[in-house]
Amino acid sequence: MNAVPLLSLVVFTPWIGAAVLAFLRGISPATTRALTLAFSLSTLALSGLLLFQFDPHSLSPQLVERHTWIVALNVHYHLGLDGLSLLLVLLTGILTPAALLASWYHLSPSLPLPLSPSSSPRLFGSLFLLLQGAALGVFLALDFFHWFLFWELSLVPAFFLIKLWGGPGAPRAAYQFVVYTIGGSAFMLVGFAALFVATGTLDFAQLAQLGRDGTLAAKLPGSGHEIVFFGVLLGFAVKVPLWPFHTWLPATYAEAPTGAAMFLTGVMSKMGVYGFLRILWPIFPAPLHYAAPWLSALALGGVVFGAFAAMKQTDLKRMVAYSSINHLSYCLLALFAVSYATGRNVATGPAASAALSGTLLQMFNHGLSAAALFACVGVLQTRKAHALSLPSDTGVPPVSLHDFGGVRTAAPIFAGLCGLSLFSSLGLPGLNGFVGEFLIFRGVFGLHPVAAAIATLGLLATALFLLTFWQRVFHGPRAGVTATAFADLNPIELATLLPLAVLMAVFGLFPGLLTGLFNPLITSWADHLTLP
Amino acid sequence: MSLSAQYLWIIPALPLVAAGIGALTPRSGRSLVAGAAIVALVFSFFISCAALSTALANPAAHLTHNFIWFELGNDTVRLGWLLDPLTAFMCTMVTFVGTLIFIFSLGYMQEDENFKQFFCFLSLFAAAMLGLLVANSLLLLFICWELVGLASYLLIGFWFHKPAAAAAAKKAFITTRIGDLGFLLGLLWLYDSAGSLLLFDNGNGVLEATALGALGSAATVCGLSVASAIGLLLFCGAVGKSGQFPLHVWLPDAMEGPTPVSALIHAATMVAAGVFLMARVYPLLTPDALQVIAIIGAITALLGATIAVAQHDLKRILAFSTVSQLGYMMLAIGVGAPGAAIFHLLTHAFFKALLFLGAGSVIHAAHHEQDIRQLGGLSVKMKLTFATFAIGTMALVGVPLFFSGFWSKEAILHAAHATAGSHFPFYAALVGVVLTAFYNTRLMAETFFGYARSHAAEHAHENSAVMTTPLVVLAFFAIALGFLGTPAYPWLQARLSGETAVHGHSLLDGVGLLVLSSGLVAVGIAAGFALYGRTRRLRTKATAPDPLAIAAPRTHAFLGDRLKFDELYAATFGVVNTFLATASDWFDRYVWGGIVHFFALLGEFSGTVNREADEQGLNAGFDATSEKLRATGQAYSRAQTGDAHGYLRFLAVGFVVLALVAMWGGVA
Repeated sequence: MNAVPLLSLVVFTPWIGAAVLAFLRGISPATTRALTLAFSLSTLALSGLLLFQFDPHSLSPQLVERHTWIVALNVHYHLGLDGLSLLLVLLTGILTPAALLASWYHLSPSLPLPLSPSSSPRLFGSLFLLLQGAALGVFLALDFFHWFLFWELSLVPAFFLIKLWGGPGAPRAAYQFVVYTIGGSAFMLVGFAALFVATGTLDFAQLAQLGRDGTLAAKLPGSGHEIVFFGVLLGFAVKVPLWPFHTWLPATYAEAPTGAAMFLTGVMSKMGVYGFLRILWPIFPAPLHYAAPWLSALALGGVVFGAFAAMKQTDLKRMVAYSSINHLSYCLLALFAVSYATGRNVATGPAASAALSGTLLQMFNHGLSAAALFACVGVLQTRKAHALSLPSDTGVPPVSLHDFGGVRTAAPIFAGLCGLSLFSSLGLPGLNGFVGEFLIFRGVFGLHPVAAAIATLGLLATALFLLTFWQRVFHGPRAGVTATAFADLNPIELATLLPLAVLMAVFGLFPGLLTGLFNPLITSWADHLTLP
Repeated sequence: MSLSAQYLWIIPALPLVAAGIGALTPRSGRSLVAGAAIVALVFSFFISCAALSTALANPAAHLTHNFIWFELGNDTVRLGWLLDPLTAFMCTMVTFVGTLIFIFSLGYMQEDENFKQFFCFLSLFAAAMLGLLVANSLLLLFICWELVGLASYLLIGFWFHKPAAAAAAKKAFITTRIGDLGFLLGLLWLYDSAGSLLLFDNGNGVLEATALGALGSAATVCGLSVASAIGLLLFCGAVGKSGQFPLHVWLPDAMEGPTPVSALIHAATMVAAGVFLMARVYPLLTPDALQVIAIIGAITALLGATIAVAQHDLKRILAFSTVSQLGYMMLAIGVGAPGAAIFHLLTHAFFKALLFLGAGSVIHAAHHEQDIRQLGGLSVKMKLTFATFAIGTMALVGVPLFFSGFWSKEAILHAAHATAGSHFPFYAALVGVVLTAFYNTRLMAETFFGYARSHAAEHAHENSAVMTTPLVVLAFFAIALGFLGTPAYPWLQARLSGETAVHGHSLLDGVGLLVLSSGLVAVGIAAGFALYGRTRRLRTKATAPDPLAIAAPRTHAFLGDRLKFDELYAATFGVVNTFLATASDWFDRYVWGGIVHFFALLGEFSGTVNREADEQGLNAGFDATSEKLRATGQAYSRAQTGDAHGYLRFLAVGFVVLALVAMWGGVA
């Protein structure tokens, strides 16, 4: 036990910030912005401390806080940090401030482009901080009870952010998003209730131990084991989402305000993949192994159909949303391939560690590049609103592939940063996206060559639609919105995009900075692939 | 001079730094960026020369320097640098030709407002290409390979305000990426079977005996050995990059870029990368794979030369000649003569750079007129350009004895003749010789002889020295380079295959082939002059039909449309692609979305049924009570502000209380 509950501080500082904002009635928008940003930056600052104290070679959770909470239910308040959690805490720490900067105009009712129907920056700021804290809780909790609380609580602020600040179809999209996700989670909750009845514990590590040695299967007679597995699977499949449970996503991302869309794709979609890695795979190794061929087919569906559907979109936000489905499906494909290969008499070690490292890198890198892309689309939206002189209470206008032309001539800096994000997203070597995708393909090829070969179709389609985006919007003669004045990035927009762009290049050239955090963990996972 | 492999990274790093300077300098810093680009490449050239002298001192050695990129599982991912004659010759050529093209661009791009950016991209292009050459790891090679793709994308689409240029850039990137996916799969397969992607690694590299032996003994897949499959997948990458049939369609469109870019793409970088890759991984290639490569190369050589006959655009004719010449190089690899392939690559780099820069000189002088029917009579107006262009053409055609292209093509023909495999490539190459002589004679006659057929051609005049000097230097090498690899003293081929001794033979051995190919060149030139060089033809107007179009209008039009490959692909892959995209979108909206809505409706329906049952059946008795409750409720509801902000504040307090309970409760 450590003196300072560092992990609790990481989780609860944003919530304290939310409470502070909620109570400070009458503060100026400038103070609100400063406070919100400061509290959201706490995660990044504390991550520095975590990096300092974290030992990648120790495989068990570190900086653990474990306290008895509800004795009658054997529930513990249990937080812990390993390489996987640290990576995602870092990602949250980087993306939340960026998302807030991208939402600066929601926080500044006096700017010429307030664009928001609700003029309360305090509400926006506190909702965002609530969302941030909830996500951090998900990444650090090691007991199902409060993990699930964090998981569900993240939906509440997300709902309000989308509904109150989103586009014209936002109320419906927000509703569908929350109901669909809760629908999935309900099955997961029932599944865990059954687990608790059978085992008497909700601790992830203990459950994983029971899952590994086969006790769990014995304690859930009949097909109970499989039913529970499918319940939990459904919860995560909707969250990531796994194809075809993805239909809520394009509308939600398209209608969400820029900052929320960045957070949704950058951090919240990782909560689903995290659930697969932290909960489903360790606790249910055998059912996952047997379901893996089918699940791999679904993940391949996401890779291929996600990319092809993106090609058909004219709404830029929907296009980026579909590219997220495609990118996250690679993560799941790699995990399913590893699970599929588990227990077979083949040397899977190198391929499995490549696939799993690739998954983790892809989670992080997709967070950076997809968030940056949404920020870029947000810039296009504000320019369009400006060009059309939309009144401030109509909300952000949707932007289509055909609204622009020649933006590269008009705004070269914006074009450069957006181009970098696009090429990072299509996996250009030298930028971050490539390393993760290469390792995933390396791993999946070693475990299931045919799946890897089919998945290359997704790579091709991704290049096609991202370059179409680039060509239509940035190249050609100046047209549409761009025909009149089109301002290049203002300092706030630059502050949003530039750090992300720098990180894309840095992690593209030095992936070791990230893999060093989790390589021992991945190695131990890959070396102990067994079925009960 | 000797150079350790450890410092080889400086060769690509210098242009990369120049590109970085270019990216960070404001638009006004034209001379700084251009200067940095040229100086960096000149220094890279000097270092390449040092590398070449080191490599030639011991041609059989593969000097390497490997380092860890990052840790992966119990293993590490390593990259490295490699110095051997192949790398050294290529680096020297790329930096030398590149420098001349850079200098030429100073004049050609003088008036472009994005001059600075142009040099930034040029440096990036050179850096990526040089990185590819010095890589000792297929992974690093692939990384640089893709960066070459990026740089070519940026440069082909340099005039991106023109929709055609933007489209051509995208087409080049996507078409080469199709090939690259094959390359990627080959790479993955190799990685999976050999456990490493280092080419040379003290006996553990994939090109060394242990790995090759293991691959050779691996099982077969669908009647193809694993080694053949890997070789052919890697070849897919080369097919895309080097414009081989059936992925050659992007190369002619790439002419939308500024002419110096065309020179760079077609001569020194990019298209050479595919041939280089095949020469590099040559030890991996099995006889089966080589057979396929030879046939694809032969088809490409014929195809390019045939289509070139019916083109009217100066740069497009040269583009198809590149396609055709790259076919010859691949053919050489396929018939087991990588030395001859690289020899031809090097000579071609010089004379094709010369031809493209010459074409640039013509286009610049003729106010961007590049239709050869509109030109004519330039031999008197642009004497230096004409003389150097003629040398380049004779080298390309393979005019005997004095021109480099003759000797390198001779080496390929000899190898194709001597091969134990199919002789189709050999005959295709011979037909290609005639066609090449024919269409180049036409190009010369239409552009430089006779009378000017347009206003632009009438008023053309020679360009400044910054543009003509590179032409003269290149013309010198377009002649001289051939003597490095004559059959009598094939020094270059010997060094490339790691031998210190040179085993030549008298020119009279196999003199039949020498005479035959010279005869074929003569036939091609004679036919070209007969049709296009006669005085009557030379006097005609720009609108006069082509003699071939009169003789065979439909065939000519079909060739002019480039055998309708673009239309074919649009009607097949394009349609499948659109169908898949539409189907994916439709499924999402109506099938998967429909199922979700069905459940939503089901929920709503059961809710309604429940509510009605409750209202009508159960609740009637409670209504009176409810009425009183409602009155009380209304009293309380005054406390409810209906303000989402207020609710959220309660929510926040709730969270914090929960958190505090959690923390303190645990401690207690």
